Amino acid sequence: MWHGDILFLLQNLVVRDFRVRYRNMSLGVLWSLLNPLVMMGALTFVFTKIYPSNVKNFPVFVLCGLVPYNFFTLAWINGTTSIIDNSGLLKRIPLPKEIVPLASVLSVAAHLIIQILLLLASTLIFGQGPNIQWLWLPVVWGFEIIFVCGLALVTAAINVYVRDTRYVVEAINTILFWLVPIFYSFERIPARFAGVYQLNPVAALILCLRNILLTASAPPNSTLVKLASVSFAMFAIGFIVFRKSKHAFYDHI
Amino acid sequence: MPAVSFAGVSKYFYQHSGRMLLRDRLVHLLRRSPKERFYALTDVSFAVETGESLAIIGHNGAGKSTLLNIVTQVCAPSAGEVTFEGRIAALLELGAGFHPDLTGAENVHINAAVLGLTRRQAHETFDRMVEFSGVGDFINEPLRTYSSGMVLRLAFSIAINVDPDILIVDEMLGVGDQKFYAKSMERISNFRHAGKTLLCVSHSLETLENLCDRALWLDHGRVVQIGPAREVIRAYQDSGAPLARAKGLT
Repeated sequence: MWHGDILFLLQNLVVRDFRVRYRNMSLGVLWSLLNPLVMMGALTFVFTKIYPSNVKNFPVFVLCGLVPYNFFTLAWINGTTSIIDNSGLLKRIPLPKEIVPLASVLSVAAHLIIQILLLLASTLIFGQGPNIQWLWLPVVWGFEIIFVCGLALVTAAINVYVRDTRYVVEAINTILFWLVPIFYSFERIPARFAGVYQLNPVAALILCLRNILLTASAPPNSTLVKLASVSFAMFAIGFIVFRKSKHAFYDHI
Repeated sequence: MPAVSFAGVSKYFYQHSGRMLLRDRLVHLLRRSPKERFYALTDVSFAVETGESLAIIGHNGAGKSTLLNIVTQVCAPSAGEVTFEGRIAALLELGAGFHPDLTGAENVHINAAVLGLTRRQAHETFDRMVEFSGVGDFINEPLRTYSSGMVLRLAFSIAINVDPDILIVDEMLGVGDQKFYAKSMERISNFRHAGKTLLCVSHSLETLENLCDRALWLDHGRVVQIGPAREVIRAYQDSGAPLARAKGLT
């Protein structure tokens, strides 16, 4: 089997994906700031001028939704196609295959750091100072990354056998824009759906971010427990599914 | 202890498994049509002793690359048993694992990690790899600006400098110009003198005869003949198989 240095390999693959993404963009990393800013502007216009909402500080409020959503969708789709994208490598070298979707998700996480800085900057600009609850940020984001890693392992494996999987993922991502509370607040969700909503780690993360950044309060324990348990369960499922299916990858890529 | 040994190894693929659309899957599920097997290798047995070098010859599609992929453990055999001893390095196929938008240096780092070097080893061997490839200042240019010969030279330099116990060379001999060819042949024979094992696939029979002690002739996934390189290569040529390129030999 492969006897290399797994962390060194992971680091190289993450850096490679990150570099490849920005190499051919003249604005480079600025693109990853532009997209959420434009969306923030558009949604703020719609929900303060056309359908006025009673949410204070709407730009930051909506950015708290957009940043996790953008990260989730991009990381998931990249992770899903990663095995096929790297088939040239996987057909020649007996790498531990799990590393490929994980590296793909983590390289999007590297790009997420830039967006989180944007989120924090806009929080400060719109008048919310830093507070002690900011210490929760790495924790809740960590759960989210773990969740996407698990999910990407599952869909990356399925995508090897059924190539339409990526389109299913894209369709789910589109629907998700409406089903996670990006431009509406959690309070508007009817009570009987609220519990289910929190089981969606993207929605739970958005709720946590708004607590931390906008009201300077700690994320509710019930949400944290759901976020953590769903994330770790997904991670475990991802590894099991991937491990069971990876043996036949060679015949299909 | 043989470096690699195959005992009754077969590898088959299911035909039609190349069509992996949801529609095909559903139709398949409903009809339960029997899958047809395609045998890439059938009952292949051989052993390569440590320090020996084996050439694998045969037509396109004879199963040579499948055999090498089983040796590198990228795929598992469908039947039979394979045993190994030592660390294996495969030469990358042209372009495989290389990214055209990254520079030569970046690709060298990634490939070193992929081939199993640690951070320190990659750091230590980097200069040697670049120097051997002879790409010079191009090392900091994106790979898409390289000529195909330069890409191959870089890939070859990485693999030979990884210092494996078993080196696998797939259609990579005779890359680059005369000078590089001579240099790489010298490197391979140094490698052999160090008591390491070599497995080669090439259509350049002359090179194989110079480089290898023994040869394995595959046809439609079956072993036709295995024995001293000169003998097997002659027999292969006499079968009328290889044409233009081999004529230069006689």
